[in-house]
Amino acid sequence: MSESASANAPKPSSSVKLVLLGEAAVGKSSLVLRFVNNDFQENKEPTIGAAFLTQKCSLPTRTIKFEIWDTAGQERFASLAPMYYRNAQAALVVYDVTKPSSLTKAKHWVAELQRQASPGIVIALVGNKLDLTNDGGDVSGATGTAQSESESAQDGDEGAGEEDEVQDAVSGDARKVSTREATGYAEEEGLLFFETSAKTGTNVVDVFTAIANAIPESSLKTGRGTGAGTGQTALGGRSAEDSRVNLGDRNAATAKEGCAC
Amino acid sequence: MPAAGMNTHQDPKTDGQQPVETPDQPYLSRPSILDHDGRSDSSEGERPPLPPRPNTLSLLDDETGSRAALQAEATTAISRTDIETQSPETSESAYSLLAVRGLAQGPKARASLSQLASPRGSEAGDSVSIRSSVPNGDSGDVEALFMDFAATAPGNQRQDATGLLDFPEFAADDIDDDGILSEFEAVGELNEEGDNEELLLQRWKVKRKHYVILSAAGKPIWTRHGDSGLISGYVGVIQTIISFYEDANDHLRGFSAGDTRFVVLTRGSLHLVAISRMMESDNQLRLQLEALYMQILSTLTLPSLTHLFSVRPSTDLSRPLQGSESLLSSLADSFTRGSPSTLLSALECLKIRKQHRQAINNALLKTKASSLLYGLLVAGGRLVSVVRPKKHSLHPGDLQLLFNMVFEADGVKAGGGESWIPVCLPGFNSSGYLYMYVSFLDIRDDIENSAEITKDESVAIVLISPDKEAFFEMQGMRDALVEQMERNGSLKEIKTAIDNGRPSTTDIVPGTVLHHFLYKSRANVQFTMSSYAPEFSSVTRRRRLMSMYNNLHASIHAKNTHVKVHHCVSRSATSFGWVTPVFEFYCIAEPNTNRNALAQSASKIAQWVQREEERLFIIGGAQE
Repeated sequence: MSESASANAPKPSSSVKLVLLGEAAVGKSSLVLRFVNNDFQENKEPTIGAAFLTQKCSLPTRTIKFEIWDTAGQERFASLAPMYYRNAQAALVVYDVTKPSSLTKAKHWVAELQRQASPGIVIALVGNKLDLTNDGGDVSGATGTAQSESESAQDGDEGAGEEDEVQDAVSGDARKVSTREATGYAEEEGLLFFETSAKTGTNVVDVFTAIANAIPESSLKTGRGTGAGTGQTALGGRSAEDSRVNLGDRNAATAKEGCAC
Repeated sequence: MPAAGMNTHQDPKTDGQQPVETPDQPYLSRPSILDHDGRSDSSEGERPPLPPRPNTLSLLDDETGSRAALQAEATTAISRTDIETQSPETSESAYSLLAVRGLAQGPKARASLSQLASPRGSEAGDSVSIRSSVPNGDSGDVEALFMDFAATAPGNQRQDATGLLDFPEFAADDIDDDGILSEFEAVGELNEEGDNEELLLQRWKVKRKHYVILSAAGKPIWTRHGDSGLISGYVGVIQTIISFYEDANDHLRGFSAGDTRFVVLTRGSLHLVAISRMMESDNQLRLQLEALYMQILSTLTLPSLTHLFSVRPSTDLSRPLQGSESLLSSLADSFTRGSPSTLLSALECLKIRKQHRQAINNALLKTKASSLLYGLLVAGGRLVSVVRPKKHSLHPGDLQLLFNMVFEADGVKAGGGESWIPVCLPGFNSSGYLYMYVSFLDIRDDIENSAEITKDESVAIVLISPDKEAFFEMQGMRDALVEQMERNGSLKEIKTAIDNGRPSTTDIVPGTVLHHFLYKSRANVQFTMSSYAPEFSSVTRRRRLMSMYNNLHASIHAKNTHVKVHHCVSRSATSFGWVTPVFEFYCIAEPNTNRNALAQSASKIAQWVQREEERLFIIGGAQE
């Protein structure tokens, strides 16, 4: 859907580098494939290494071209992750709402990103496989309401927005992670938060739209520069070192800022 | 002498059955037959009459009170030496020490085993076990005997020949029947109550081919069918058998139980076990196990594998291997379907005109990124062009792993984008990772074909660099390469070549009696073959074809035989193998095909290949 909009006349366009992280088999690739191809495969084989995909997302005022790194969730690939998140402006940290351990893993990723990734990185926490819960069918279950239409998603969907839906979440069939728990955590850390189903498509585009909206204007400028092609050359490169030094708290702060705008 | 049950390798010839009673091998407890041959296959129903084999008898002499179990039905059992161990000391004493009993293996062998009072009396024995020459060969005197085979046909040789003859027949008639498709079906998972275990085990047992990988400590690492929970008991049994020999400072290499062949490959702290009722030779099974082992190395690298086990021998390797199971499974699938590439240890290239290949080579060279190590253009598992440093040739085993990953396993393709994959190429360097960029090209307008077809038709650019940060550099090269190839028409040529497919035998030699052939160029380590269609399109037919090739290949490559030409006649097919220093040629024709016609066609095809050599094979590739 977001793609269609890309045909529109010349809006300023910028690239956003986005990385997906999360435990194996939570549905990272499925989310991406839903977003990029609007497609879903049952029993998809695990990703090997990492896959690189692009997709445009049209906002009222500009077009965002996502350059997506879909990483493999297996532990042996974890050491490669820095390469992918180093210059990322956005990260999708995914867990499986039916598997509590995957939320724990997600928290580790969030911590690592806050410690090591670029300071301004926008992080979205995403609970996938909503279709396996009782509220699977209805889109409103989780966050999405605010920006169900990609265009409309101006206001950040901070964790705060979600709180009201928490109640019904707990009743889900296979659900093992309550919306309340995840929302609470997301709020503390200043993350965007969504529950999605790659299978049904629930909230998937919304996540990306929300991220697009949350990227600070300032970082977009640089994004444009880098995105165009030349800047890509360094998968990792420079910012890695600097950002690692001591950005612990600043990260969190900026992330919040980002979302708030 | 009968290096009977256990000799270091399989010896085709000696199989005496020595039913030995070893207390420790409860599992092997079938009536054991010594197979005289490395493998005896008996084909059901009809087997070609065998001449008496004097040798066999003598081999049997040593054995004490062995009774040969014959398979009353004609089975093509391959019975090789049943238990082969690689014992450092292959002395007879060793053998006798470990009392091994040979088991008769025949696919249908178990149904009826007639036991002979003594092995020697057995004409039955003869007929039952037709030896095929097993490549691994024999040790000691045994080998010497075989030397002559090729040249002269008396005695032993005779047996050999008969063995060969039988194989195809059996393969075609018995083994490969319809069940093959179910080989690929999952056994299923235990349900929560665990009450479907019996059913699952039953399904598990029906499979004709298993692979089990376990650690020296006995931890299951990967199993082809069924999860480790379901079959942990069996894994324990395997572990017990293997360690029984290890305790005696010996290494178990293989054994038979009924019609089932077990082959064990030990690498470091890993035991890889192939269990097959598909009449494959030990060598062939061992090659398959090697490939699985290479896949594990490719995932972990040798040093980290070694490290894991040296730190903690009881390491559960399945964890670090997580996510690569699909690669192992797709390798296993292709071995089950039958893989000419694995059989011949060679690669297949896309047939394309020399000048077109040259244009592609040039495009590769022109766009070559500075950190590129290898650049490959691959169409459905067939190599189109390769750019490589002069000093480094490519190891076919490595390419097999890459092609498996890219084309057979779904993990890469299903990602829907470009991929960047750390991969160790054990043939190149088993101690570190390289980084592989993979991008599929859309050269078809109509992509909505069946999975099988798309697999054959998909074209991938594979760029390998030692630099893990080189993704965008490789991406840049890919873009430039595609642009070049679009401009000079190469993409269209590739598409045309793919559409043309492999030629059928009648395209090459009009009216030929041949249905299918494999031709391996030894110098280039590449092979070419005719199309499977129409005769061998189905999985079942193709599996039969591959079984015939397996048998032919095993016969020809039997250790210490110097076969140049091999002609087998059976009820269902005629097969013909021809080996020269330049090439290996294998072909299949109708049963009762006239031998002259066969030979004529074969030599015409060989001539054709030589004429077309530069189209069929990549000679040298693009080198910087």
